[in-house]
Amino acid sequence: MTQTAVTEPTDTPRSAGQPRRRSNDRSVGFDVVAHIVLILWSLLVVLPLLWVFVSSFKTTKEALGNPLTWPHSFHWQNYATAWNESGVGPAFINTVIVVGCSLAIVMVLGAMCSYVLARFKFFGNRVIYYLMLVGLTFPPFLAIVPLFSILKNLSLLNTLGGLIVTYVAFALPFTVFFLHAFFRRLPFDVYEAAQVDGAGEWRTFFQVMLPMARPGMASVAIFNFLGLWNQFLLPTVLKPDDSVLTQAMSQFQSQAGYAVDFGALFAAVVITVAPVLVVYIIFQRQLRGSVVAGAVK
Amino acid sequence: MSSTVSTTSAGRPARPAGRGRRRRLTFDRVSFFAVFLGVPLVIFLVFVVSPFVQAIYYSLTDWGGFSATMNFIGIDNYVKLFQDDTFLRSMRNSIILGLVVPFVTIVLALALATVVTVGGSGTGAVRGLTKSNLYRVVSFFPYAVPAIVIGIIWAQIYDPTTGILNAVLTHLGFDDAKNYAWLGDSRTAMAASIFVIVWSFVGFYMVLFIAGIRGVDPEIFESARLDGASRVRTAVSIVIPLIRDNIQTAYIYVGIAALDSFVYMAALNPDGGPQNSTLVMSQDLYTTAFTKGQFGYATSMGVMLAVVTLAFAALVFIVNAVTGGREKGSRR
Repeated sequence: MTQTAVTEPTDTPRSAGQPRRRSNDRSVGFDVVAHIVLILWSLLVVLPLLWVFVSSFKTTKEALGNPLTWPHSFHWQNYATAWNESGVGPAFINTVIVVGCSLAIVMVLGAMCSYVLARFKFFGNRVIYYLMLVGLTFPPFLAIVPLFSILKNLSLLNTLGGLIVTYVAFALPFTVFFLHAFFRRLPFDVYEAAQVDGAGEWRTFFQVMLPMARPGMASVAIFNFLGLWNQFLLPTVLKPDDSVLTQAMSQFQSQAGYAVDFGALFAAVVITVAPVLVVYIIFQRQLRGSVVAGAVK
Repeated sequence: MSSTVSTTSAGRPARPAGRGRRRRLTFDRVSFFAVFLGVPLVIFLVFVVSPFVQAIYYSLTDWGGFSATMNFIGIDNYVKLFQDDTFLRSMRNSIILGLVVPFVTIVLALALATVVTVGGSGTGAVRGLTKSNLYRVVSFFPYAVPAIVIGIIWAQIYDPTTGILNAVLTHLGFDDAKNYAWLGDSRTAMAASIFVIVWSFVGFYMVLFIAGIRGVDPEIFESARLDGASRVRTAVSIVIPLIRDNIQTAYIYVGIAALDSFVYMAALNPDGGPQNSTLVMSQDLYTTAFTKGQFGYATSMGVMLAVVTLAFAALVFIVNAVTGGREKGSRR
């Protein structure tokens, strides 16, 4: 059943006229339904976020009133309050440092490791691969207490460096697992050609194989970036002296629970979310471009 | 050359052994393996595997936290676990999450990804639905929001009096919804929490599947279309088998996140919800460790969480092998 479609050679003569028009008519109906489904889904995604955005300009009195009303005026004071009281500023800088370093390291290490695992046969290959899978399925909760003492013994506790190493270690299984599939799909004859041309293993990887895996690298990098950016448990328990953004938000939420400054809480949410959304929107264009480039090739 | 190509299409590219030019132990190759495999592996072993192993030992002790006393008590913690009604309740809730969340998330994400990629112009190359990029970008938004913040947002949305959900429902004429506590009523607390988790996951996996589908050779879609395959047929018979690896990986990953769910639940219902209806294992573990100071007992909960998680992953692998292994072998 599948085989027919998959292996049917592409040199099937392109039949002009009738069959083409028929599939065109069908596609219009499909597209209308598709657009309706996707618009409904998009509204479900956007409306809650929009509500938060609008509410971030409300005074506390307005926020406690009818949730469907618009704010009377833009209450920018919420943003100042959120910035000063939730410590979003310093936490933001810390988060950028930690996430930036660990992302760069984990992408390089993950690509190297998954490349070796995906393309070379050697003793223990499957063992390492399945160990990675176990690491992926491994609940970070279980590791927290021993991890604490390991970092303490290495004098890495309460340091950004310790947090970076931990982030790398915990993002590694995910990275390897996803990139493994991408590297396995790359054509083998390109590798052969590079070898024939005299490139060593290092050069073959960095100049030939890695660029070919760019679509995979791009999507895994996005997922890793967000996963690390949103990391909550590790920084909370490993308590570096400088807190990261998610900790700041959590603390602010518990404060807001008593002070009931909902407008400022919404403003803090916007401050936390907006930069990441902007980065994502910029980055997703690159992702799309590289995916298309990979497909065309 | 031709032999190389044939091994590639078999799906397991093997190192073509016995070629004369491939010298075994050059500096290039040795350093390559040492760095490429060694460095990631050391970090992984030290910071992920070793804590795991240590935790298994701690779970067999009565360690109270950061005190020095630690007595080996064998499997006492595990015996205690199965007499602990709160823990059993949390385990049941976690398993419910592990069964419902991945299924709903993956089906939704796959459906949306397929609609985006398989739709569009009926002639020529399969380009996907027009303007679909906007949907893709928008769908991904929830994943760009930290889980703790998603919890904060939805806790506000579900709020009985100031939340927008009840305001909208009341506006539409559902008067029962007035002041209804979605998270405060044991009938809806779990469903409402599941909705939030699924809401936050779907976009991520939709984008992942779109990338996977786009990575497939477009000629395959085109030839299917020229053969007269309908869009539904294309989706079921071509898209799913071709990105099968991605789906399996995604399914496992959603399941693991669902079995954890700590951040969402902590933000939505910090105390485990009405009658512990949304209490999950990770929450019980956290309270046991950091509020009650029973680290040994808490790590035994962690071991149980790991057991449940591994069982889940094994189940997905088995189901995939049973349903898909045959197809994979005969393709080509």
